[in-house]
Amino acid sequence: MFSILRTLWTVFLHAFRRRETVQYPEERPYLAPRWRGRIILSRDPDGGERCVACHLCSVVCPVACIALQATEDKHGRRYPEWFRINFSRCIFCGLCEEACPTYAIQLTPDFEMGEFVRKNLVYEKEDLLISGVGKYPGYNFYRVAGLAIKGKDKGEAENEQPPVDVRSLMP
Amino acid sequence: MSNIITILVIPLAIWLAVLSLAAGLIWGERRLLALFQDRYGPNRCGPLGLGQSVADVVKLFFKEDWVPPFAEKPVFVLAPAIVVVTTLMGFVVVAMAPGIVIADLNVGLLFFLAVSSLGVYSIVLAGWSSNNKYSLVGAMRAAAQMVSYEVFMGLALMGVVLMAGSFNLADIVEAQRRLWFCVPQAVGLVIFLIAGLAETRRIPFDLPEAEGELVAGYHAEYSGMKFAMFFVGEYFGLTLISALAVTLFFGGWLGPGLPALAWFILKTLLLIAFFILVRGSLPRFRYDQLMALGWKVCLPLALVNLAVTGALVLAFPG
Repeated sequence: MFSILRTLWTVFLHAFRRRETVQYPEERPYLAPRWRGRIILSRDPDGGERCVACHLCSVVCPVACIALQATEDKHGRRYPEWFRINFSRCIFCGLCEEACPTYAIQLTPDFEMGEFVRKNLVYEKEDLLISGVGKYPGYNFYRVAGLAIKGKDKGEAENEQPPVDVRSLMP
Repeated sequence: MSNIITILVIPLAIWLAVLSLAAGLIWGERRLLALFQDRYGPNRCGPLGLGQSVADVVKLFFKEDWVPPFAEKPVFVLAPAIVVVTTLMGFVVVAMAPGIVIADLNVGLLFFLAVSSLGVYSIVLAGWSSNNKYSLVGAMRAAAQMVSYEVFMGLALMGVVLMAGSFNLADIVEAQRRLWFCVPQAVGLVIFLIAGLAETRRIPFDLPEAEGELVAGYHAEYSGMKFAMFFVGEYFGLTLISALAVTLFFGGWLGPGLPALAWFILKTLLLIAFFILVRGSLPRFRYDQLMALGWKVCLPLALVNLAVTGALVLAFPG
């Protein structure tokens, strides 16, 4: 009997505690920057697209919801001609963000993506590409990679030495 | 003339008050339970969530009123009505303030006990007419529970009657002018509250009707307004037990300052809140635990209480 009375007293004391409910949509819960929400494609600090259409994200995706087509611009820089993510299949695991070598594809703390028609959940490149750098400011893949594109020849990246001219090694 | 007004107005007023309290309890119980559970209850539908009662009632009205083809139709339709009728009949004897009572019967308490016994019929008929094994088992369990707990509900109240010297509820309240009966009859109060919970099938004694048990038990086949009758009948019963406990143990309308009716309503609401606290705190009794508690603990306690009270009343008259 006394345990019952003690239970009643304990539950009664809960009436004087602060309530834990977050009154959505007036209040929003706090989401950390690494919270895995809506996927975006970011740009580098110079304004160009980061995505080099390497297909690593679509290969690692466990539910095969990413599809893209690679193409090259006139300066030899690879980029996706079209990039499609089917959010009705996406499980927001973040493996694509981990696989991306250029920090292009990122998951953001946004979850308000509700739609009434299922085909509106298939996001094309214009829905995914943002004008900013996303979560990783100051990273430009082409400045640290050895690839040659217009404006940067082989050997002109940061911390890179120019390639050795093999003909100058001959005795 | 004033007699006619009294005969018409008071029953109508009491009936409307009880009905609005039951509808308000749809909202109130959920909000109170939420308060005890560190969350908000319904607070979106209408101001403060009060529209929830209206929304629930409208929903129940619009539900398909289906009688199973294998059920026995006249009894099936009658059973929920019996719940509501017997509980409302119990309100006839409750004295809310000096003069505000529908029927000032000399055997008021006995009438209440008799009427609550009739409530068992509704459960048994509901389970039987559903023509469904699970409903039947639920109804049999409910009937056994209610009948067992009625035995010592009456016995616990006899202590109060011994001390007050009358079955008339108004006299019992008057007899508490010096000291409320909750002090000398504390054991009786506890037994009455336990028995009251079991009679109205409230948690922790709601095994017959809980959603997860036996597919909602005896009211599994009910939908729409008939289900609403059971649902609201439970709130009627809760209010009746609270009102009676207030009348018999907590001094009825007695109290300094506020008008008599205000005290009665305040005390009844506090006791209803206590019952909702019990609902939010305790796990459900298993059927054998329930019956063991009734027959092996509460009944002997009620008998001992009655014997001691009788001895003391004889030894110290007045």
